[in-house]
Amino acid sequence: MSAESRPAIRSGFRLQWEPVQNAYVMLYPEGMITLNTSAAEILRRCDGSHTVDEIVEELEVAFQHKGLKDDVAAFLDGAASQGWVHMVQP
Amino acid sequence: MSVAVGPPLWLLFELTYRCPLQCVFCYNPVDFAATQNELPTADWLRVLREARALGSVQLGLSGGEPLVRDDVEVITHEAHRLGYYTNLITSGVGLTQQRIQELKRVGLDHIQLSFQDSTRELNDFLSHTRTFQLKQRCAEWIKSSGYPMVLNCVIHRLNIDHLDAIIDMASRLEADYLELANTQFYSWAHLNREHLLPSRAQLERAEAIVQAWRERLQGRMRILYVVPDYYEQRPKRCVNGWGSTFVTVTPDGTALPCHTAKMLPGLSFPNVRESSMREIWFESDAFNRFRGHGWMKEPCVSCPEKDKDLGGCRCQAYLLAQDPEAADPVCAKSPHHDVVVAAVERAQQSRAPEKPLVFRRPENSRYLAARDSANENLTPSQ
Repeated sequence: MSAESRPAIRSGFRLQWEPVQNAYVMLYPEGMITLNTSAAEILRRCDGSHTVDEIVEELEVAFQHKGLKDDVAAFLDGAASQGWVHMVQP
Repeated sequence: MSVAVGPPLWLLFELTYRCPLQCVFCYNPVDFAATQNELPTADWLRVLREARALGSVQLGLSGGEPLVRDDVEVITHEAHRLGYYTNLITSGVGLTQQRIQELKRVGLDHIQLSFQDSTRELNDFLSHTRTFQLKQRCAEWIKSSGYPMVLNCVIHRLNIDHLDAIIDMASRLEADYLELANTQFYSWAHLNREHLLPSRAQLERAEAIVQAWRERLQGRMRILYVVPDYYEQRPKRCVNGWGSTFVTVTPDGTALPCHTAKMLPGLSFPNVRESSMREIWFESDAFNRFRGHGWMKEPCVSCPEKDKDLGGCRCQAYLLAQDPEAADPVCAKSPHHDVVVAAVERAQQSRAPEKPLVFRRPENSRYLAARDSANENLTPSQ
């Protein structure tokens, strides 16, 4: 994945806020994963229009924390290999 | 002992026991034919709302064959509106292109299509219907509608040697997920166990075939493969723990902590016609009965793994040890483990089973229910 890649949640997967769990969850056929805050904040921005660089930038502002690029890239690689996200061509 | 009770994340609606198929491994209760009064649509919709407020988020629409009801679309629509992830679990009978389009429009998230085998002959024999070609068409419709395609094929002694062809078929149909779960032995599968429990050699070949396909497909199609728990040394954490995650609502509105729990003696299961989901989940005796550790006996009480498997499956303990509080006899520590060992040893022999294969059809259900009530002082047979 490059910095210009635009990750998007794959068809069949759904990111959703669950008030009872007080957490975002990823839903997919017959399954659910409860997400921690950082995973949720990354995935919320995987809308097919933000590039990876833009996601990193937004998160660095939101969390007032520099140097998130490697963490975000590693998370997105994992999410892609799990089939949660795919890269949309510009 | 008080136990922190989480939300009933998984809600399974068994909308009906009616089914055009007659599968020999069906997990519906053997006496299913006695159920006449299916819940009306309005009750299913009310249960959806009540359970969603408690945190239910995955909804399975199953049966029987759910599509024999004409309100699957209405139920799906409301479920989607409420925020459920909706899963239709179907044999494909009753599915048409128009119906898929309508289900998609009202927000259905996923269709799981079952096959019984890779060959028309065995598929149609095991289900006692001519459905193989219909299922192939359904798979194409599901795929072309843009759904992730999840194929399910229950594996057992009679089709496990076709595993290579079954995976090949799924791959040609471009399935995204393939679920190959070996039959577990409840209800009709328990009756037919001698026909269905594979041999060790069959399982070893199957394992190697699955592994080879996984390497070949490189994640293009994910394969879930589950072995029969009779071959394990420790029991499964059944339904993730009694009353911890799952609620099944049966066609007549009975709420169960797992889809086979109704067989257990000495429990009175609540009905959604009389109780709210909140009362059922938090307050009913039945849902509290096997929560936590308080109910356990030895060897579970002093077992260091008791939090991992929670003593295994209560229905299997009843079926094999005639005691719902016993350790699941699959566990090598169970004093009843010899029953499982004996069944596994019989499965290594090539002799024909003594009893004929029993198909899941209403006449057989009525016959077996009448026989069982005539023998009701007797414990269940092996």
